[in-house]
This record gives sequence, C-alpha cells and structure tokens, in this order.
Amino acid sequence: MRVVLAEDLFLLREGLTRLLEAHGFEIAAAVASGPELARALREERPDVAVVDVRLPPTQTDEGLQVSLEARRERPGLPVLVLSQHIVQLYARELLADGRGGVGYLLKDRVFNSGQFLDAVRRVAGGGTAMDPEVIAKLLASNARDAPLARLTPREQEVLELMAEGRSNAAISRELVLSEGAVSKYTTSIFAKLDLAPSEDDNRRVRAVLAYLSGTRDR
Amino acid sequence: MTENGERREKRGPRRWPGERGLRAMGRGAAELHEAADAALAAVMAAAAMVLTFGLGMVFTWPPAVERLRRVADAERRRLGERTGVPVERPYAPLPPAGEAEDGDRPADEVGSGQRPPAHRRGCVTSGRLHGPRYRAMERKLQRYITDPATWRDFVWAAVSPVLAVVAAVPLAAVCYAVFGLLLPALTGQPPHSWTGSWPTSPLEAVPTGLAVIGLGLATAPAALRVRDEVSAFLLRPTARDRLSLRVRQLAETRSDAVDAQAAELRRIERDLHDGVQARLIAVGLNLGAIEQLVEDDPAAARAVAAQARESSERALAELRGLVRGIHPPVLAERGLVDAVRAVAVDSPLETEVSSELTGEPPAALRSAVYFAVSELLTNAARHSDARRAWIDLHSVERGTPREALRVTVTDDGQGGAHLTEGGGLRGVERRLATFDGVLALSSPAGGPTLLTLEIPCALSSPRTSSC
Repeated sequence: MRVVLAEDLFLLREGLTRLLEAHGFEIAAAVASGPELARALREERPDVAVVDVRLPPTQTDEGLQVSLEARRERPGLPVLVLSQHIVQLYARELLADGRGGVGYLLKDRVFNSGQFLDAVRRVAGGGTAMDPEVIAKLLASNARDAPLARLTPREQEVLELMAEGRSNAAISRELVLSEGAVSKYTTSIFAKLDLAPSEDDNRRVRAVLAYLSGTRDR
Repeated sequence: MTENGERREKRGPRRWPGERGLRAMGRGAAELHEAADAALAAVMAAAAMVLTFGLGMVFTWPPAVERLRRVADAERRRLGERTGVPVERPYAPLPPAGEAEDGDRPADEVGSGQRPPAHRRGCVTSGRLHGPRYRAMERKLQRYITDPATWRDFVWAAVSPVLAVVAAVPLAAVCYAVFGLLLPALTGQPPHSWTGSWPTSPLEAVPTGLAVIGLGLATAPAALRVRDEVSAFLLRPTARDRLSLRVRQLAETRSDAVDAQAAELRRIERDLHDGVQARLIAVGLNLGAIEQLVEDDPAAARAVAAQARESSERALAELRGLVRGIHPPVLAERGLVDAVRAVAVDSPLETEVSSELTGEPPAALRSAVYFAVSELLTNAARHSDARRAWIDLHSVERGTPREALRVTVTDDGQGGAHLTEGGGLRGVERRLATFDGVLALSSPAGGPTLLTLEIPCALSSPRTSSC
C-alpha cells in the first residue's frame, strides 16, 4: 500500500515513516510543506495520504486545504488528517462530500500503533476514521437531541465506536461482545434514530455522522 | 410669566404643526422656566460660595454643586433631545467612597512638601471634625472645587436667564405686534395712542404690525439656536475635559487589562505546574523503571511502558486545553470568521453564522472578538433555553476613522438577560473595554435576546488597521 506522508516536524515524520514501513506500507513520498504535498498527491497517486493539518509555508490549515482540493480533483482519494487539536468544523468539511476515505485523528493516537495502523487501513479502504474526541464533541453538541437521549448507555457506547468508523467486528472486540449482539445494538440504534438500516459498514457510518453533525435532511 | 402661562405656551405650538417659528417661540418661552431654575441654582451656588470661603461653612458647598449639576444635566438631556447631538457630562468622577483613609493624606500633605490648601488647614485645626465622614466630604468638596466643569456650570447657570431672554425676544415682538393690531379694533382708539406718536393711520400700522409678526416668526428658530449653541458650548466637556476623561478611561481599562493578563499568566503557570509538568515527571520515572526492568522482567517493563504512554497522552490532552484557552489554533489557522463558525458548530444551539467581513482584523482584536463571541454563545446555550442562535459579523462606517467591527449574537430564548456585576456578560464587557469596545444588550422578557458588540478598528495606536 503506497502512502504519501506530509508532516513538517522532522522527528514525527521520521517516526511515522518508520512505523508505516515496519508494517508493510510503502512510503511513496514524505514531504514537509503544502506545495510539496500537492505535487506528491498529483504525481504519486497514492493509496492513502497521511497529512498534518498545519503545514508550512503559511502554518495555517494548509494540509487540510491541499487534501480537500486533491479530493475535489480526485473524488474519494483517501486522506487521513492528523492534528494537535480537534476542530469539529474541519471534521465536517472532510465529511461534507459524503464519500468515504477520510480520517481525522489527534496526533496522540499514533502512540497506539495498532489503532493508528487500523485507521490508516480503514481510510485506504474507503472507510472512515474519526477521533473519539470528534465523536464526543458531536454528541455533546447534540445533548438536547431527544432520539439520542433515548439510547441506552450500551447503545451509546456502540454508537460512539460506530461513528469513529469501526466495523462490527472491531466494536465487538473493543466492548467484549459477540458480533451478533453488536449487530442487534446497531439495528436498535438505527431504529431509534430513524435512519435507514444498511449492511454496508461505510454507508452506515456516514449516515450516523450525518445525523450527528445535523447535516442529514430531517 | 407664571408657570401656567408657560405651560400653555409650551403646548400651544403643538396645535399648529408645521409652523417652525411658532414652535421655536414656544420652546423659547418654555426655556424661561428652565432658566429660572438655573438662575436659582446659580444664586444658591453663589451663596454657598460665600458661606464656604467666607465663613468656612464648607458643608453648604456640595449640596449647592449637586443641585447645579442636576439642573445642568437636565439641560444637557434637553439639548441632546432637541439637537440630536448628545451633550456628554464633563465631570471628573468622585473618588470611591471606600478609598484608603490614610493612604491619601501623606501624599497630599506631607509628600509634596507644600502647605495644604486653606480649607484643609482650617479642618486640621478643628480636631472634632476629623472623622472619616468628614474626610469623605472634604474629598468631595475638594473635587467639586477643583473640577473646572463646576465653574463652567456656574457660568452657564448665571447667564441662562440672559440666554432665555434672547430666545424669548421674537415671541415678545410678536405679542407686541398682535396687541398693537387688535387694540384699535377693540377700543376704537387710533393705533398711536398705545405706541406713541407713530403710526398714525391703519395704512401704516397694519403692514408694520404684520411685518413685525413675520420678523418674529422668522427669527425665532435662529434665536433658539443661538441660545442652544451657547448653552451647549458651556455644558459640553471642553477639549481638556475630554482628554482627561479619556486618560482616566484608558488608565482604568489598562489596569483591568494588566490585572487580567497577570491572572491569566498565573492560571497558565498553575495548570502547567499541576498538569503537564507532573505528567512529564511521571513519564520520566516510568522510563527509569523500564530501564531497570527491561532485562529481568519484560512483562513488568511493558506494563510500565503502557503507563508512560498514558501519562504522555494525558499531558498532551491538558496542553491542548491550555493552548485552546491561550490562543485557539483554529483562529491561527483559519482566521476570525471560520473560528466563529467552529464555535457555532461546537455549540449545542443550532447556530447560523453570516459575515460581511472582507479583511482580517488585527490579531489582538481577533482574539478578543473570538473569546467574546464564544462566551456569549455559551451564555445563550446555558441560560436562555434557546434552540437557535444567529451570529452576524460586519464592519460599520467603513472607510471612515470611526470604522468598527460589529458582531451581533441573537438567540430565540426566553430573554430577560441582564448585565449583573461579576457575571459573564460584564466580564466580556470589561475585556472589550481594553479595545474601546462596547457591549449592548437587548433582552426583553420572553425574548429574543440580542447582544451587539462593537470594537473600533483603529485603536489608540499608530498602526492603521483593516477590519
């Protein structure tokens, strides 16, 4: 799997390169600025891009802008965005086109290499990887939503993991449940939130995220 | 003229709409009453002056000045309503009641090495009058005497009868002419029987009388304007007053800003000390333990490594919170409008953001507006029971020196919000004051609540800015 990596801090760039290479990823390009990233995405056509939000030369959200631009040119280009902090607005912008293949994680998540690599693979496969903090904020801003309040605590947990983009199998591992139980919970969640049930993992996640960010047509 | 007479005059013009001259005359006549009030205040102030400086009866001075100020304030209000240009109060604020009793004396009397002013020397010798209440009054007295606005008020009050007469001249002329025209018809006597030897025939008298009435009507607005302008000139703060008011305001907001900054630094220090530093120490200790354990007990070493990772994650989370409070990253990355959008997305209220801003305000202003807006929105979500909110950012009076950034935050909640001392809104107001910004609140019971904040783009600094 070919990866383009954009990160301006040398140590982190090297660390990520080593981590990804050690797990069988091929680093097509490891760059340190926005313009370089744009060029690498055009020329290398990677399977997935791992991008820091803040990049030189502007030190603004250049990484995010370049990624969004590249996805406009090549819809569905898988991009995993890393950042020191979570801004829900960015998550919303990444999810806005309704296609999969996006991720938005705190840089801290790199510490847990298992979860991080899982997220990279998921995004590369057209799935979604949202940071738990994004989901927590989404839930907090939906605190007054009546259907959400009707979920049981267990259903809440399942919903959070599902919104992060985890598959049923991953959720069952995380919560130590059988996959059958997880799928029962998800069916119940979809019924309570009045969402059309779907067997496709990715479409299901997008429906939940659209619901939470209030962008679903109600 | 009796008070009833004036009242009639005052209302009279309103029955004749469109007659500017008549209206002005009516007002001019009404001013006679106000002028009488002012004159009375002036006489009392003069008497108090004589008593204070001649006989040492200092207690007569503050009430006399306060009365003078009340009358002057009433006139300022009237002038503001009539001319549409508000007349500001020029007075220096009184020292706060609880000001240090001992702190101010040495500076005044000993530190400067000068002899205390005459009225003070008097009070020092009479030991009986030396209590704190006396000193509070003494301070007030001193402030009233040294404030030049007091003396300008006095001059205004003294000349206001003259001004009122000026404004009443057209009315007097019209009354005279009307009387002259009616007299022959009523009494059958020739017109000059009243005025003297001329005019002798109605052919001369009628046009003359009509001309005088016309002249009176034509000049009445001008006469009133002269009165108003002289009055406003005396009551308005002078350039010097304005400067000293401004200096005082700057000193206050600066000390607020300095205090706030110090408190902020203290908070950051404490957070770093209790949070991140402590966690990094834990990470260091864990790493030391791993060094020891890695050969003999790899399983234990792995457990300690997991602890170290957890500590570093917590440290990062704490740093993130801290950074967000110092300068939100989204503000640095996307600018004010998108940062406000990010706040709106985070809010539990359904919030719409609209903006007409073209440029990006200067960094300090941006940050102030961001924190103010996020505080206002938090407030709305917490207290108003609102479901929706609207935020609008735009600049007003673009291209003029008064160009300002105006942000309105509206919610559909229950209203009834007010600026309570020590409350969140008051805090926002104080922080905005550092930038000469103001906060206006409109929140009738039942809603909606509309908060408007306005910050001038050009601060008191040489920098030219663009909002």
